[in-house]
Amino acid sequence: MYNSGQELLRLANERGLRICDIVIENECELSEQPVEVIRNRMKEILKVMTEAANYGLERETKSVSGITGGDAKKVEEYRKKGRTLCGDAVLRAMARALSCSEVNAAMGRIVAAPTAGSNGIVPAVIITAAEVLEIDEEGIVDGLFTASGIGQIIAKNATVSGAEGGCQAECGSAAAMAAAAVVEMAGGTPEMALHAASIAIKNILGLVCDPIAGLVEAPCAKRNSSGSINALTSADLALAGVKSIIPFDEVVEAMYRVGKALPESLRETALGGLAATPTGIRLRKQILGE
Amino acid sequence: MKNYSVFDILGPVMIGPSSSHTAGAARLGKVAMSIAGKDFTSVTFYLHGSFAKTYRGHGTDRALVAGILGLNADDSRLRNSIEMASQRNIKINFVETDLGDEHPNTVKIVFKKKDGTEVEVTGSSIGGGNIIITKINEDNVEFTGTLPTLIVKHVDTKGMVSKITSELAKNEINIATMKVNRKGKGKEALTVIECDNVISSEVVEKLSKLEQVLSARFINPV
Repeated sequence: MYNSGQELLRLANERGLRICDIVIENECELSEQPVEVIRNRMKEILKVMTEAANYGLERETKSVSGITGGDAKKVEEYRKKGRTLCGDAVLRAMARALSCSEVNAAMGRIVAAPTAGSNGIVPAVIITAAEVLEIDEEGIVDGLFTASGIGQIIAKNATVSGAEGGCQAECGSAAAMAAAAVVEMAGGTPEMALHAASIAIKNILGLVCDPIAGLVEAPCAKRNSSGSINALTSADLALAGVKSIIPFDEVVEAMYRVGKALPESLRETALGGLAATPTGIRLRKQILGE
Repeated sequence: MKNYSVFDILGPVMIGPSSSHTAGAARLGKVAMSIAGKDFTSVTFYLHGSFAKTYRGHGTDRALVAGILGLNADDSRLRNSIEMASQRNIKINFVETDLGDEHPNTVKIVFKKKDGTEVEVTGSSIGGGNIIITKINEDNVEFTGTLPTLIVKHVDTKGMVSKITSELAKNEINIATMKVNRKGKGKEALTVIECDNVISSEVVEKLSKLEQVLSARFINPV
């Protein structure tokens, strides 16, 4: 087992393997299951992710509280018109991330990745990158193992919970996982994957968790959309050879410390940030019937 | 440091929106139902803390009801569970309350059975869909529902634990954790055993027929 990014990197480099290979090997050992069983289970995960990522593109979703929904469809329709500022792939990723978040808020089926609140980033980034890079299902499954490996290290050394570390711990971790995954899918080295993960976390270090009415809806859905772009740009930077000046393990440690330093009002309690704005309070009263 | 499986990181597969308020709530309901048995006519949920405040927006109510109907946290029928309960003539009540010094996501579930008796189960959703059952009727317990769990009610008497455990050993069942509580010397006691193996109904039957055993119940992992 690897406890840090450095250990993961050493294990991969010693044998000329990718991060995903080490992660799969470790999972086989940990669960005492053959590799086919593990891969098939991950294919089931991918299936649920893909359904959630596509559902909202053509259907108007509505959350239980009624305050969010329908944005994925708007973005998809806008993308199809062909005149966008960020380009087709980025728009596709944004729409898919929104779709996953909307399915979640509407009580549909999703995969926590690593959490329900941040569930849109990994599917949106990996599925979209696979289209752009023309990668098949096996390649996507490899990417999901790379993403898991990064998530394992963050969960082990820091946290992936908004209540503990703010949104940076949820959407930041998800973006780091997705960034590392698509770097490996694109043929980048394990070092590059860790640089991408570091950059993704650094980009949103300190981001607070301030959900309106305490519900996993607003601003969560839009942070999934921006988180997926964070992952894609971080991956592109790393693939271009840009390095993170601070190594991955130190970035994770910094993220954890920043999370601990956040006041409780900004850690999923809905007492601060956007939740405590006049509009946030009005919506809370309306939704919770206070 | 805990060793996470890749499926702890990419998972669980669940019905949204919240792993603690929805997926965990469904698991709480299902474990509580396994304890109470299926023959109930009405269920009251006493919601505490964050559960009481946000249960509507998080679908905690639907998730809890789905659980007591035996649905899993990833079953898409979860969102229609309240209608399902009314079709089955099960009365459902939600009460916002203060259960005292408990985890913020705690619920006390009271089942009213066909024979008029009541079973109370209290538990908390402690994050990421994980749960802990803390009380059954007036007995304090502590188990997570992730392992096959055996609950034996018996008289506090010498050799009782060894009788139970040797029956398990005879059937090749390994014990992971075990907790024994009693109301007083020679009075009623409760033994909760989390095992590595599923226990067959024959073994449960045998245990329940042991001298001084009042009841034995087995809960499949949820």
